[in-house]
Amino acid sequence: MNKIKCECGHVNPEGTVLCEACGKPVEKNQHIDGNEKNKLLNMRYDGSARRSQTYNKTIVDKTWNFFSSVKVGVWLIVLALVASAIGTIFPQEMYIPRSVDPSQYYRDEYGIFGQLYYELGFHNLYGSWWYILLIALIGVSLVICSIDRVVPLHRALKNQRPKRHEVFIQRQRLFGKTEKVSKDDIKTFIEQLRKKNYKISEDQGHVLAEKNRFSRWGPYVNHIGLIIILIGAILRFFPFMYVDEFVFVREGETKVIPGTNQQYYIENKDFILELYDPEEEEKFAEAIVQEGGMVPKNFQTNAVIYQVKGEVVPGAEPELEKMKEGEIRVNEPLKFNGYALYQSQYQLNEFKSMSFKLHPADNPDDAIGTFTFDMTDPKKEYDLGNGYRVVVDQYFPELKLENGVPSSESNYPRNPAFIFFVYGPDIEERETSFLAIGANIDPGEDNRYKLSLDGVEMRDVTGLAVQKDRTLPIFAAGAIIFMIGVVQGMYWQHRRIWIHPKEQGVWIAAHTNKNWHGLKRDIKSALDQTSINPPEDQQELS
Amino acid sequence: MDFYSISSNLLYTAFVIYFIATIFFGATIRSKEESGKSSRAAAVGITLTIIGFIAQLGYFIFRWIAAGHAPVSNLFEFTTFFGMMLVFAFIIIYFLYKLNILGLFALPVAMIIIGYASMFPQELSPLIPALKTHWLYIHVTTAGLGEAILAVSFAAGLIYLIKKVDQSKLNLKTFSLEFVLYMIFATLGFILVTLTFNAMDYEVAFEYRENGEETTTEYHLPAIVAPYDSTMITEDRFGPLFETPAWMEGKEAGRKLNTFIWSLLGGLVLHAFTMLLLRKRVAKALQPLLNKVNLDIVDEIMYRSVAIGFPVFTLGALIFAAIWAQVAWNRFWGWDPKEVWALVTWFFYAAFLHLRLSRGWHGEKSAWLAVIGFAIIMFNLIAVNLVLFGLHSYA
Repeated sequence: MNKIKCECGHVNPEGTVLCEACGKPVEKNQHIDGNEKNKLLNMRYDGSARRSQTYNKTIVDKTWNFFSSVKVGVWLIVLALVASAIGTIFPQEMYIPRSVDPSQYYRDEYGIFGQLYYELGFHNLYGSWWYILLIALIGVSLVICSIDRVVPLHRALKNQRPKRHEVFIQRQRLFGKTEKVSKDDIKTFIEQLRKKNYKISEDQGHVLAEKNRFSRWGPYVNHIGLIIILIGAILRFFPFMYVDEFVFVREGETKVIPGTNQQYYIENKDFILELYDPEEEEKFAEAIVQEGGMVPKNFQTNAVIYQVKGEVVPGAEPELEKMKEGEIRVNEPLKFNGYALYQSQYQLNEFKSMSFKLHPADNPDDAIGTFTFDMTDPKKEYDLGNGYRVVVDQYFPELKLENGVPSSESNYPRNPAFIFFVYGPDIEERETSFLAIGANIDPGEDNRYKLSLDGVEMRDVTGLAVQKDRTLPIFAAGAIIFMIGVVQGMYWQHRRIWIHPKEQGVWIAAHTNKNWHGLKRDIKSALDQTSINPPEDQQELS
Repeated sequence: MDFYSISSNLLYTAFVIYFIATIFFGATIRSKEESGKSSRAAAVGITLTIIGFIAQLGYFIFRWIAAGHAPVSNLFEFTTFFGMMLVFAFIIIYFLYKLNILGLFALPVAMIIIGYASMFPQELSPLIPALKTHWLYIHVTTAGLGEAILAVSFAAGLIYLIKKVDQSKLNLKTFSLEFVLYMIFATLGFILVTLTFNAMDYEVAFEYRENGEETTTEYHLPAIVAPYDSTMITEDRFGPLFETPAWMEGKEAGRKLNTFIWSLLGGLVLHAFTMLLLRKRVAKALQPLLNKVNLDIVDEIMYRSVAIGFPVFTLGALIFAAIWAQVAWNRFWGWDPKEVWALVTWFFYAAFLHLRLSRGWHGEKSAWLAVIGFAIIMFNLIAVNLVLFGLHSYA
């Protein structure tokens, strides 16, 4: 290490541009901050020795230097910006219907551009290796940029002395000379600055007035916050950090909550859908009519949470203990032991059971027998007594007719239909009945008996998302630290004013990391009662 | 008079007062005093601005009482709020820097935004379950305030560019600046075209399929472009000349695209007419008015408004938004287009700040960035709902 000893006696590390103590330019290093061409000194990091500007030999040096460049950082941000925007041109894969093949969907919906979008992998852009790599590179850049600057800057600000070298004073952006000045004027000036919350330090008549140094650390604090957020994002790649499940529960049903190791059960006591009533809410009447009269007001599940008593034994019927009862609404999840249940989907009026009666085809009032088909517990055969029985030949939970051929759309009893065989003492072989909602078609015209719908029981289904997320506190901490850092750096400015006595007169120089206007105002009003000339701005834009 | 009408009248009053205040700020150009110092006209201007702001605050409060929820739940309400916050941000910046010319730019931008807002349905609307939470007020107001403060940097950037860009020849710079002004004319065009055809009660209906459901939509402007795969069901009407492309996914994309085209055409006519009157580019005509402006202060305002607005925007549009998304949709981040564009905005202003603070992009470069940043904000406010699909469809 080639330490640099300044004429003021301070020993600076290699690569220093301005002496940490007195600010005298180190001649051989002026090219680093471009000072040799300019009238003013580059004060960005107080001329401290940054690793990236000092060493450039090994691969480590070169990598470090690459990532410590703000130019590279900004390019990475711009690339991430453009990539993110591209991902919104067409919907991402997670937002297209699940039942379709993505490769076809993009071509069919969006033509040649859609196909290209899919081929390039943009349909899953935010999960692609290159997008993640881009964000990771931004993370690396954040870390290296910060370390490269914060360490030397901290050193420089710690070692600064009130007494500065003349060259340093003269080459500040705000600089002014006053040839003749009384001691009282300087005193007044210092007093006024003190009133404005400047910290005053003095050394042989040389004065440094400094304010809000902490704001210099703002950028580094907010970068730490961002790094914590990125760490949170990395942890999300590990499944044990979070639970993200989904469960449909029918009214009256008790079901195990997925993702809880069979520990918890949920009972759906009632699902409620409320709509706005234009007559009750007169002020909204016009808007409700415009929306076609169907504006939902509330989606709610009244739920009971049970905990399994004792150990969970696979296969055995668990003993449940009621733990919590509550209402789940959109925006009001139900929380228990770190898990949260969110109101997410619903299905109204699913069939729970249907009752039928058997009667002679010409006399509907003369019932021979009745039976109830329970959707949750379907039987193959129902005995009606007196030798009559009904066999379920086929059951279609959600009927779909294609060219007159029945099949089922899904396993959910949303539109059930049946083919029944009826047997009886006075029936020769059997009679076939086809039953669907709103239709009772007899396949054979000559049936003696007929099955009619006697009653139905319906219920609603609620769809709940189950969540437990251990990464949330990490994201929250990162966000809070980021906000503190960004406010600290943006809403305060580090201002320094140097008072440099000169024979009969005084030199005044000042520097701030931003908001020069505010610094000028501070100085101007502090000098109001004195004959000292306010320093002039040596660099105006126009 | 009920609360709703009081509220509407107050908004109208505020608009008129802003207009008068703008005239007073305009009068400061001719005053002999150096800009930056206050003149009598400026004092009247800022006083009127504050009165106008209080009137608009009254609109906000009375509408809140009338609806029973904060009026930030649909496009009209949010955009109006955005305009109000722009005036608020202007008032604060004005007292920091006393730059009169800023009033001449910021107030008209605010007025155009409020005028734009009032073209959307204004009746009180009920809250759907996803919006029923305090996070509605917290997220939307903070995001709106942040975007409004950032918009002040646009006004300052515009002043900077109009004064600074050399208008002696036509090149990419002068063309781009003129294009920015054209976009303002296009917004005016939107307002005028809408008002004209609304007064005529013009109507034409189309039948088409949206999300697999048979839908009809009513245009209140003549149809240049019809919804994708639709049939016109009103007879004896003009057009349509062509159909909306299939990839425009937004709710009623066809109607919105048609309005957009009309706005561009209206803006073109207004802009061309203004240029004919002035016999030069509008920016060139404005340039001499800014003779006395101190560019250093304008540059400082441009930067300060980003420095103040960026943290507020981050808090409102990303952090509060994420918290709400977690509560309502059980995921704090879902790559929804509105979310992504908030992130794009954030990336952009992060780059702006790094370029300025570390790479010395001051003055003109900064001013161009301020203009682009505002364009991104407006894209997120308007185009994301128009062109892209998404969950954030209410506003």
